Amino acid sequence: MITAAVQQRENYLNSSYGLKSWLLTKDHKRIALLYFATITLFFFIGGIFATLIRIELVTPESDLVSAETYNKLFTMHGVIMVFFFLVPSIPATLGNFFLPIMIGARDLAFPKINLLSWYLLIIGGALAFFAMFAGGVDTGWTFYTPYSTSYSNTWVIATALGIFVAGFSSILTGLNFIVTVHRMRAPGMTFFRMPLFVWANYATALIQVLGTPVLAVTLVLVFCERLLHIGIFDPALGGDPVLFQHLFWFYSHPAVYIMVLPGMGVISELVSTFSRKPVYGYGMIAASSLSIAVIGFLVWGHHLFVSTQSVYAGMVFSFLSYFVAIPSAIKVFNWTATLYKGSISFETPMLYAFGFIGLFTIGGLTGLFLASLGLDVHVTDTYFVIAHFHYVMVGGTIMAYMGGLHYWWPKMTGRMYPDGWAKLSAGITFLGFNLTFFPQFILGYLGMPRRYAAYPPEFQVLHVLSSAGASVLAVGYLIPAIYFAWSLKYGPIAGANPWGATGLEWKTSSPPPTHNFDEIPIVTHEAYDYTTVEAEVA
Amino acid sequence: MHSEEQTLALREQFDTAAQQRDASTLGMWIFLITEVMFFGGMFLAYSIYRGKYPDVFAVASSSLNVYIGAANTVVLLCSSFTMVMAVRASQLGKRSGIIFWLILTLILGMTFLGVKAFEWNEKFEMHHVPGMAGFHLDGVGTSQGPASIFFSLYFAMTGLHAMHMVVGVGILTMLIFQAKAGKFSAEYWTPVDISGLYWHFVDIVWIFLFPLLYLIDRHLK
Amino acid sequence: MQEHTESHEPVDSVMTYALVFLALIAATVITTAVAFVDLGAFSVVVALAIAICKMLLVVLFFMHVRHSAKLTKLVLLGGVLWFLILMGMTYTDFGSRTWMGVPGR
Repeated sequence: MITAAVQQRENYLNSSYGLKSWLLTKDHKRIALLYFATITLFFFIGGIFATLIRIELVTPESDLVSAETYNKLFTMHGVIMVFFFLVPSIPATLGNFFLPIMIGARDLAFPKINLLSWYLLIIGGALAFFAMFAGGVDTGWTFYTPYSTSYSNTWVIATALGIFVAGFSSILTGLNFIVTVHRMRAPGMTFFRMPLFVWANYATALIQVLGTPVLAVTLVLVFCERLLHIGIFDPALGGDPVLFQHLFWFYSHPAVYIMVLPGMGVISELVSTFSRKPVYGYGMIAASSLSIAVIGFLVWGHHLFVSTQSVYAGMVFSFLSYFVAIPSAIKVFNWTATLYKGSISFETPMLYAFGFIGLFTIGGLTGLFLASLGLDVHVTDTYFVIAHFHYVMVGGTIMAYMGGLHYWWPKMTGRMYPDGWAKLSAGITFLGFNLTFFPQFILGYLGMPRRYAAYPPEFQVLHVLSSAGASVLAVGYLIPAIYFAWSLKYGPIAGANPWGATGLEWKTSSPPPTHNFDEIPIVTHEAYDYTTVEAEVA
Repeated sequence: MHSEEQTLALREQFDTAAQQRDASTLGMWIFLITEVMFFGGMFLAYSIYRGKYPDVFAVASSSLNVYIGAANTVVLLCSSFTMVMAVRASQLGKRSGIIFWLILTLILGMTFLGVKAFEWNEKFEMHHVPGMAGFHLDGVGTSQGPASIFFSLYFAMTGLHAMHMVVGVGILTMLIFQAKAGKFSAEYWTPVDISGLYWHFVDIVWIFLFPLLYLIDRHLK
Repeated sequence: MQEHTESHEPVDSVMTYALVFLALIAATVITTAVAFVDLGAFSVVVALAIAICKMLLVVLFFMHVRHSAKLTKLVLLGGVLWFLILMGMTYTDFGSRTWMGVPGR
């Protein structure tokens, strides 16, 4: 085993030192790490709010916090987790780091805009923090009018402004990825030779670019209404609050695909590498990523089933919502088919991938329950919805993110994480997650409404199980935080291709040089071609 | 890998100047699509409310001065012409042509903004500003709420448009200084090209705003 | 006779731009004049049709889309389509609200 004393060749981490070399970097890999630090911070802050929520819900009375404070807790939890953690997460960290390398480019098309994107996330986050410390927001992360525009006495504008700025961060990242994929591929890297992780980020970028501006203008209208009392959403003046909901969900539904598609891209990579088989149905998976991006824009009305939206519109949106499940299902079938007769190894990233496939399937199926008009009337605004979206966002996206982090950690840092602890935390996370969120399906079905601090005593047992699960889940996230940090100094040195994986990123050193490649590769083989790679190169 | 030294026309992440030019143009077009969706949300709100309150909107629209609106539209179209002439000059590497046409565009853009400011001031004086005390539109009776929605959309849409013009004016100013400094040539004119795209886009938004705000059922007046 | 840049991209003539400009002005005059004629529900259709023609002139000639790569045209089309999705799908709600004949439904 090589000791840390051996001289490391020059790479993107040690090519220059000092704060300025990081804060003014144009290197997509360094920007990815800047993002990584930032979103990790946001994740833990969002987690603190979740912790407070779950502690409050251990007892039926609203005894830890008042109802008003509870409203602020779930609002801040949602705002931070959605806009400042999940939306940037995989694209801004793993996408930023690996998309250029995977297509054989030296950097993204617009490196300075990439850095600007990070600064915009910081500024947006600072505004949201200001709102938090100044007293919080209590409108729910969905900002429904007229409460948010006319009645709430909390820091709506500051929070909305923070989200607005973070939205621009997202738009610019999407723009950068689209131009990079179209114009910066290495010779021989055709669209259909690109890794599926690139396809996933590309589809995500399309959504970012087309959807986020509508959120931006909606937030502008909310500021104007709050500041200037102009009444576009005010029923007393003839305004329609449902118009706000249409505008808000036009972005926020596709946003959930922004959050899950990159995760699906990671899973494609993991399932292939750890079965040592090309992904089954490459073309279908690529096509399904684009389909999800497109069809995802046609279903937002399913969030408005119980608003005064017309029943006829409800029928259209319900039908299309069933339709959008098809491409996701295709992916699950294809990943499963990839496993069949594969040479499967149960490394940590693969454990997370298995977790994703199972939990995303459950979450996705429960989405179909919600797409049904009649059933939605019964379970909307209950814990059923909460369980559904946490299954796909946490059981789905965050599992994929953890899998991706473990998979690419040796490449990004040149160090390996401790295997035993990693597998243990994957298991703890899986158990903790299910204990937290499965009871919530039952709670919701039995009628427990969401966003309530106090509840009838007959729901207490399920809530206690859920809160117990949350503490286990927290441990499952804390342990990796510790060992990843530990590994930076004490982890075993990793080689260029510890997993025997295909893909251009495994052909450079670990960590990669600043310019990614000494010579731009000329690509001659298809993606996931295992005949060209040795297994388990240390 | 080409030499370490990078130029404006060929930054280090690109292999050829043509690739860089294509990437920059594509980037600007994608940005303009985001702007289409941004303004789009407001056009949606406008169309829903116009559909709901057609008569109130017609009366409110007629309180706007159509001749000033039309004249301002002509001003903006002239500025699009001068802008494309500036881009043409840059494509042909004619430095003085770039500067001349950009300055004209700047003057026309600022004229548009000046006229807009005058119109807004008129609205303030006529008590047509929603949210301010004393808001009242004659001719709609008790439908003051929907009338204030028209004016909210008027101010929001023309205001957002004006903000984009102000940014455009800033960009033009920068381009003029850069052109004076000899930054552009027949090999490298991309900033002028993509700024032109932006300017034309802002013009197109106005091409739609004018009939939708100023020309609702004018025959009724 | 088409001029070209150093990198062989087409440069339109001053005459082309001038003609497009005059067409835009004419369209502006027409749309303003037509607004004073009672066309009933067609007024808005005519106004939008003229505005779309003006937009096409600016896009094809001033923004050089007629010389642009296929990808540029696709991006543009995508933007227009997405705007139409926003309008159209929202309209499935607002347009059908009165169909049931029940107040508020």
